[in-house]
Amino acid sequence: MATISPDIKANEWALPPQSRTPAWLRALLKNPASITGVVLIVAFALVAIFAQQIVNIVEPAIAQQEAEQNVGNPYMIPRDGFSSEPQPPSARHVFGTTEGQFDLFYGVVWGTRTAFEVGIIITGLTLIIGMIVGLVSAYYGGIIDETLQRVVEIFLAFPFLLAAITAASVFGPVVHSGILTGIIALTLFGWPGYARIIRGDVLAIKERDFVLAARAIGVRDFRMVMRHILPNSVYSLLVVASLDIGTYVLSFAALSFLGVGTEVGYADWGQLLSFARNWIPSLATYWYIIVYPGIALLLYVLAWNLVGDAFRDALDPKLRGLRP
Amino acid sequence: MISYIIRRLLILPIVLIGLSILIFAMISFLDPATRAALYVSSPPKTANALNQLILKYGLDQPIPVQYWNWLSQVLHGDLGYSKTAQRPVVQAILAYFPATLELAIWSFIPIIVIGVWMGIQAAIHQDKFIDQAARVFSIIGYSFPSFVFGLLVLMLFYAKLQWFPPGRLSDWANLVVGSSSFHQYTHMNTFDALLNGRFDIFLDALRHLVLPALTLSYISWALILRVTRSSMLDVVRQDYVTVARAKGLKEQAVMNRHARPNAMIPVATVGGLLLVGLMNGVVITETIFNYRGIGFWIAQSALQLDVVSVLGVVMFEATLLVLANLAVDVLYAFLDPRIRLS
Repeated sequence: MATISPDIKANEWALPPQSRTPAWLRALLKNPASITGVVLIVAFALVAIFAQQIVNIVEPAIAQQEAEQNVGNPYMIPRDGFSSEPQPPSARHVFGTTEGQFDLFYGVVWGTRTAFEVGIIITGLTLIIGMIVGLVSAYYGGIIDETLQRVVEIFLAFPFLLAAITAASVFGPVVHSGILTGIIALTLFGWPGYARIIRGDVLAIKERDFVLAARAIGVRDFRMVMRHILPNSVYSLLVVASLDIGTYVLSFAALSFLGVGTEVGYADWGQLLSFARNWIPSLATYWYIIVYPGIALLLYVLAWNLVGDAFRDALDPKLRGLRP
Repeated sequence: MISYIIRRLLILPIVLIGLSILIFAMISFLDPATRAALYVSSPPKTANALNQLILKYGLDQPIPVQYWNWLSQVLHGDLGYSKTAQRPVVQAILAYFPATLELAIWSFIPIIVIGVWMGIQAAIHQDKFIDQAARVFSIIGYSFPSFVFGLLVLMLFYAKLQWFPPGRLSDWANLVVGSSSFHQYTHMNTFDALLNGRFDIFLDALRHLVLPALTLSYISWALILRVTRSSMLDVVRQDYVTVARAKGLKEQAVMNRHARPNAMIPVATVGGLLLVGLMNGVVITETIFNYRGIGFWIAQSALQLDVVSVLGVVMFEATLLVLANLAVDVLYAFLDPRIRLS
């Protein structure tokens, strides 16, 4: 019969007090860079949520004009005439207007909402497709795996931006609506990377004892995947991947900067910047057509990258414990 | 090793066929009239003329038949005629590639040299001010959309200060390069200028390369810095580095002789892939700076739905990519004897 020797005090057997906040959250809140990122994201989210109210307060004249011009579609930037020359900031146009008299302030504010929509939708869709393909590939193996992996390889061999431009030019005339073209194009070529990572994770998990045990008691495929494999393999990846939002927003902006992916006049930072392409020799005069939308886009992408960087550090097992 | 290389090379044709099928699947979304427009420079006047075009190029046939027509043409070594470049695709690739390669070389040097240097400094001063500063500097660059950075430096250094113009050469230099007394050995202006002993041309070409190379460097430093830093941190914790310190070597010698060479292995891999990325043409940067390389041309082609050009370039770039991936894997195994390819 085992006895506890008297020289060990009882409290040494108690588990050390564990913090309830998970490690990644603590890492996030300790690092000034990632705090900056979180603050920026929250600020952008507030601008996106209250876009309408902000425009009403700051530019009442434009809000009025918008209500008359684009009934039912506030994402279209109101324009003040059709002259091509940009107008400098004024009381009526706080950030000035860009080529075609699109109001820059309106575009930057509503562009925030577009950025969130685009980022969340594309990241979500690519993750879902990547997860399904990766899971099926790894779980069933054999010829299914071989075939799917060759398909993934083909998609990955297509230079990403070039692929997206091609897809956007093809689907643009067919889809013809808002930001859908860009979303389709980027989703179509965004998923293979995730599929490959998830496949690797699932392959590692599949051989573990608890999966064998579950199989032994007759767990069906669907339940096996949902209850046993997914929670143990991909959820940490999902957290990290969700921070790719910034990268996708950047790619989307690149598409609309080149003139595909969005309808003309849609509130989107990339498109606002594309209007500047015709004014490069005189940008010293028309600085406002690149500075405002450019800074907005930079800060948005930076915010997600700052948070993502801290996450990756916290989750990277190789570097874990290295930082004090 | 040899069998590994052969196996990887056998994948190449599969990838190429898959890619071309993918592109044809995409253009099957267009109706024949739109696709007919791809073959002419001015819109056909009558419905009859349009129909003749569709018949001539077989655009009303099922996509698989069109695909077969295209494939048999390619197998005869003919990638087709590029409407955007106004010349056959093969010639267009040959004409645009040197410009892209030149930009790739001139950007790659600062990316690696400065990126590695910053990464090592960050690792040596881990969690000190230098580390944090390098991190912030590089993550801002990584977050900078290339077109935003490009437009900002153009605003400052071209529109305002008139220091560095866009394009590849000034007009006067273009005349010299085009003249018969100037031999274009490589079609890369900086190198040709040196080979011809024309320092003025060399400086002019370099002046045009500064802004695009700076843009590419700034957005890529984060990658090299991060890899160098984490690989250095990894290596300095290895036992053999402790041994080197224990036997009384100076810290500088430990770093330079023992730690750094091994820390460079992952950097070589990432650097290799980055170089291929640069060689494949940097679509946005070349477009912004009006730099006529592969990226500039292919952006135009994709936007104008010049399918023939896009197909040709994608075939070319995918081949380059697959071969480079293989080269990087082999290099990795060569640099790191712990890795065995099988």
